[in-house]
Amino acid sequence: MTISGLRARKWTESTTAGGSSRSRAKVGADIALAVIGVCFVAPLLWLLLAAVDPRAGYQTRIPEAASFDNFRAVLTPELLFRPLANSFLLSAGTAVVNVLAAVLAAYPLSRYQSRFNKPFMYTVLFGTSLPVTAIMVPVYGLFVQLQLLDSMAATVFFMATTTLPMAIWMTKNFMDSVPLELEEAAWVDGASTMAALRGVVLPLMRQGLAVVFIFVFIQAWGNFFVPFVLLLSTGKQPAAVSIFSFFGQHGAIAYGQLAAFSILYSVPVLVLYALVSRGMGSSFALSGAMKG
Amino acid sequence: MRIRRVLRLLPVLPSVLLLVVFLLAPVVWSFHASFTDAALSGKAAKDPQWVGADNYLRMFSDDSFPLAVWLTVVFVAASAVLGQNVLGLLIALLMTRSRKAVASWVGTAVVAAWVLPEIVAAFAAYAYFNREGTLNQILGALGGDGPDWLYTFPLVAIVLANTWRGTAFSMLVYRAALADVPQDVSEAALMDGAHGWQRLAFITLPLIRSSIATNLMLITLQTLAVFTLIWVMTAGGPANASTTLPVLAYQEAFKFGDIGYGTAVASVLILLGMVFGAVYVRLLREQRP
Repeated sequence: MTISGLRARKWTESTTAGGSSRSRAKVGADIALAVIGVCFVAPLLWLLLAAVDPRAGYQTRIPEAASFDNFRAVLTPELLFRPLANSFLLSAGTAVVNVLAAVLAAYPLSRYQSRFNKPFMYTVLFGTSLPVTAIMVPVYGLFVQLQLLDSMAATVFFMATTTLPMAIWMTKNFMDSVPLELEEAAWVDGASTMAALRGVVLPLMRQGLAVVFIFVFIQAWGNFFVPFVLLLSTGKQPAAVSIFSFFGQHGAIAYGQLAAFSILYSVPVLVLYALVSRGMGSSFALSGAMKG
Repeated sequence: MRIRRVLRLLPVLPSVLLLVVFLLAPVVWSFHASFTDAALSGKAAKDPQWVGADNYLRMFSDDSFPLAVWLTVVFVAASAVLGQNVLGLLIALLMTRSRKAVASWVGTAVVAAWVLPEIVAAFAAYAYFNREGTLNQILGALGGDGPDWLYTFPLVAIVLANTWRGTAFSMLVYRAALADVPQDVSEAALMDGAHGWQRLAFITLPLIRSSIATNLMLITLQTLAVFTLIWVMTAGGPANASTTLPVLAYQEAFKFGDIGYGTAVASVLILLGMVFGAVYVRLLREQRP
């Protein structure tokens, strides 16, 4: 896909270069795109400007006296560090559970032919389509009955399950692309199945595993609704929830701090996303997730 | 031999367990609880009674449920099927003609709204549509006088916000799909003198129709489940003017403490998701026999 994509792009470049009507069409496309781009940036401008404006309101304006006061104000243990640490625990835990379970599940699905494979994969795919927000009311009920409410571990396992179908699909696709011959060579040398998985297959697909890990991590980091319903004590809540309570309590006065808080909380996922998309192209990761 | 074959499937077990405990069980529990008067607190919380189809009958006598269904349909149709899908395709098409620098700059801007944590995107949208917000500043600069979007036109505000937030997904899908369109086909059409629109309608779109179908299913499912964006921007209000099904299920269960009715609404939503999910799985199966 990426190779043909590159070819297509090269082709459009070479053909659009010639002829004045072509280049005029190109300028038209540039202008139309730029207008759309400005519309998409507009809502984010407020976030950036208000964060450095100690007297910010909901208006977008150049700060009279720009400063980092807002950042300084939210850089406290209760407000920022503990919620971010909780976010990290929840997201990393979710990603680890996902990668472990997905690797184990993907191995037999990728390596052995069985009548069980196809129905299982399609059931898993079907699982990706359940609206998670609809499940939250019953999950809350279930957590109450099992006395799992306000447990970070249980929240991790639930969040991991909501992304697990996607993780299994991606992992199986990445594993399918590791040639079987290498593994067979390891078997001949006397390695057991699990040793071959650990020693041969996993190292060869570590890029794919990184993609799965980061995808799950980003989703868990941004998840608001699940911890909002399942975690009750403020000491356990991740940044997504604490930022919402902050907004409820101070949103009407501390706009600038809200913006600063939002930016500090967003930076990790922006960096991770840039890492993934720079490394292998976002369409690649997406096609791994979508097309199978 | 048989035992070995079963043993080989053993590593799948942890995943199966997780899916059964945390996905299947809640769904089953949801359908069960929707036939009871389960509540957050009080007597019914400890010992819920079977009430038959009462919760489902109440949906149709209650004004808020039909309204929520209608709002959900409008929200999905306007922000996903029309907004994200058409805009995403348009951006992807424009990118095949534009300068590379412009395409990558706009691509980053569109993706930024999508990669940001949901709650941050929701705050940004809240500020943008606020009475004193950026949108009204722009309208003011153009000589207009914008309304208080979140109160006067809450549905318009959340539709636009969700379009802004989710278009990146469709754009990425269509960029990948368009890159796979064989060049000689459109080249041949160009030789035959086909105009831009003709090429689009008769060649490009039919060639990427499976991507269009898959994309439509996925963004419909994603948009059906949108909660945070609406909750932060309008909390479903004013009155019930922007209460879609997920918001209604949440309110009934947690604000009014009526878990029975809340799970009934949730069950309807789960069923809707299952229908779309089944169509989606079928589509994919047909694509890859």
